[in-house]
Amino acid sequence: MTAKYVINRLVFVVVVIWSATTINFFLPRISGQDPIRERIAKQMSGGSGAYQQGGAAEEIIKEYNRQFGLDKPLWLQYLNYLGNLVRFDFGKSIPNYPTQVSTIIGAGLPWTVGLLGVTTLLSVVIGSLFGALVAWKRSVAWLQFLAGPLMALSAIPYYLLGLILLFLFAYGLRWFPGNGGYSFTAVPNWSWTFAWDVVQHLVLPALSVILSAVGFWAVGMRGNMVTVEGEDFMTLAEAKGLKPTTLFFRYAFRNTLLPQVTSLALALGYVLSGSILVEVVFGLPGIGSTLFEAIKGVDYPVIQGIVFTIILSLTVSILILDLTLPILDPRIQYGEA
Amino acid sequence: MTTSRTADILAYLRRNPRLAVGLVILTGILLFSGIGSLTVNAKLARPLSAPPFKPPSLQYPFGTDKFGRNMLAAMIVGTPLTLQVGLIAGVLGVSIATVLAFASAYYGGWFDTVIRWVVDVGLTIPSIMLLIMIAIVVRDITITQMALVVASTAWLWPTRTMRSQVLSLKERGYVELARLSGMSGLEIILKELMPNLIPIIVANLVSTIASAILATIGLEALGLGPSEIPTLGRIIYWVIIYSGVLQGYWWWWVPPIVIIVLIFLGLFLASTGLDEIANPRLRRVA
Repeated sequence: MTAKYVINRLVFVVVVIWSATTINFFLPRISGQDPIRERIAKQMSGGSGAYQQGGAAEEIIKEYNRQFGLDKPLWLQYLNYLGNLVRFDFGKSIPNYPTQVSTIIGAGLPWTVGLLGVTTLLSVVIGSLFGALVAWKRSVAWLQFLAGPLMALSAIPYYLLGLILLFLFAYGLRWFPGNGGYSFTAVPNWSWTFAWDVVQHLVLPALSVILSAVGFWAVGMRGNMVTVEGEDFMTLAEAKGLKPTTLFFRYAFRNTLLPQVTSLALALGYVLSGSILVEVVFGLPGIGSTLFEAIKGVDYPVIQGIVFTIILSLTVSILILDLTLPILDPRIQYGEA
Repeated sequence: MTTSRTADILAYLRRNPRLAVGLVILTGILLFSGIGSLTVNAKLARPLSAPPFKPPSLQYPFGTDKFGRNMLAAMIVGTPLTLQVGLIAGVLGVSIATVLAFASAYYGGWFDTVIRWVVDVGLTIPSIMLLIMIAIVVRDITITQMALVVASTAWLWPTRTMRSQVLSLKERGYVELARLSGMSGLEIILKELMPNLIPIIVANLVSTIASAILATIGLEALGLGPSEIPTLGRIIYWVIIYSGVLQGYWWWWVPPIVIIVLIFLGLFLASTGLDEIANPRLRRVA
């Protein structure tokens, strides 16, 4: 891994984040909307007495514009905006006024990171093992029959599978709770009873992500496995009379894992965006539900803050994968091309 | 000629059951909304045209929703609208991608560098995030605007795949020959490269339409689509915010989910079936 490669990746990350934030800044401004004027007009028509005197509205709009820095020239607003983002200052929520957007995001983040971390790990492991076994010529026949339905499941968005699971297991069988991250009566604290309560609430959302993601990982793995099985070293290992399990794990499986890491970098964005609505379906108090509520309440600062957080965490994860891949696979010569 | 062409297509479909099943499913959905719009009054898809929350019966085959929509009529009105957004966005996206891919790969230079960077950057940002940013600034979005919003990210992936195809094609001998015989760049693109790229363009079109529909339904389910029309995603949005699942109104969400799943299954099967055309190395010996 050369310094040139690392610098190249770092510059790329900066460009990605800068482009996203710039689009985020300029889109609402070129759309010609005036959220403050609209809001004041809405409140006036709502009949709040204080706004009723003519002329007062203009004063209020001017004052708000001054407070939000909207009276300054555009380039200065843009610089301020970038400066605030670097310090994770997304401003304050509009409907829940004095609350900082970063506080709202901070409250949801552990749920999303927890759900996505566990489900991604599980689906990569289960999917890879499954895909490898399907391709493995010595494995049992019924595995092949499972392959079709699992691939079909991967064509269905997570949240639709979530709705079906919610109906079957929360409404029908009542095996799992169907709404929220923990019971209404539970008090969040560090105890085993509360942890168990949370786990029960997370089973269905996790299952809906895993069920539809496993197919994706299995398909990729099956292809890798077929390639590796044709390699000369496999024939040699087989000729040496090694045990089938040793052949499978030590010789074949190990060598098929690297392309899966590359796919992980490509799939993360899809996993992230797919899980937004899963959280909403199951009422989990994560980032996805927060984003959903913010869109419903036209809460621009929260929407922009969440979009920025998601893009930032995604690009940083991809950067980490990009930088660890050459360490995992010494054959790859980066930065030369 | 025509009979042998038809026979060819039939033989291909027989060898390729996935494509056949995919096409049958997609045709079925089109027939459902086509025949439906002729036989069922579209006005019944409006709120208050029936009593709310009626389970399926002879009078309301798919039941009615919270607002008193006849769900059968709502499906017949909503399905083609969702498909329409995906179709417009997919066709637009692939058209833009084709032009950019040729220009970028054939002419190279600074234009190629710019396109490559824009595509790389654009593909790193999850498209749903870009779409949310765009969709929240458009108020009272119409079906056409929705299609334009979705198209704004739909061109990225096909541009990348087609650009690399053109790059490899333009090094072939026959292109070299055409260049030596004095054909202009545009002529080479249209007469020599384009015919060879058509299978790939078609395969890209199917997968782009599939992801455009996926994005459309996602945006609608987040509440960012047209607000009063019962598009498939909008119904999912209503089911979510009025917790229709936990209240047991299964006929409210089963029809849209079945149709969405069938659309994806049909497109998924068709696109894996088309892979064989796009990538002749996969072609089995008949």
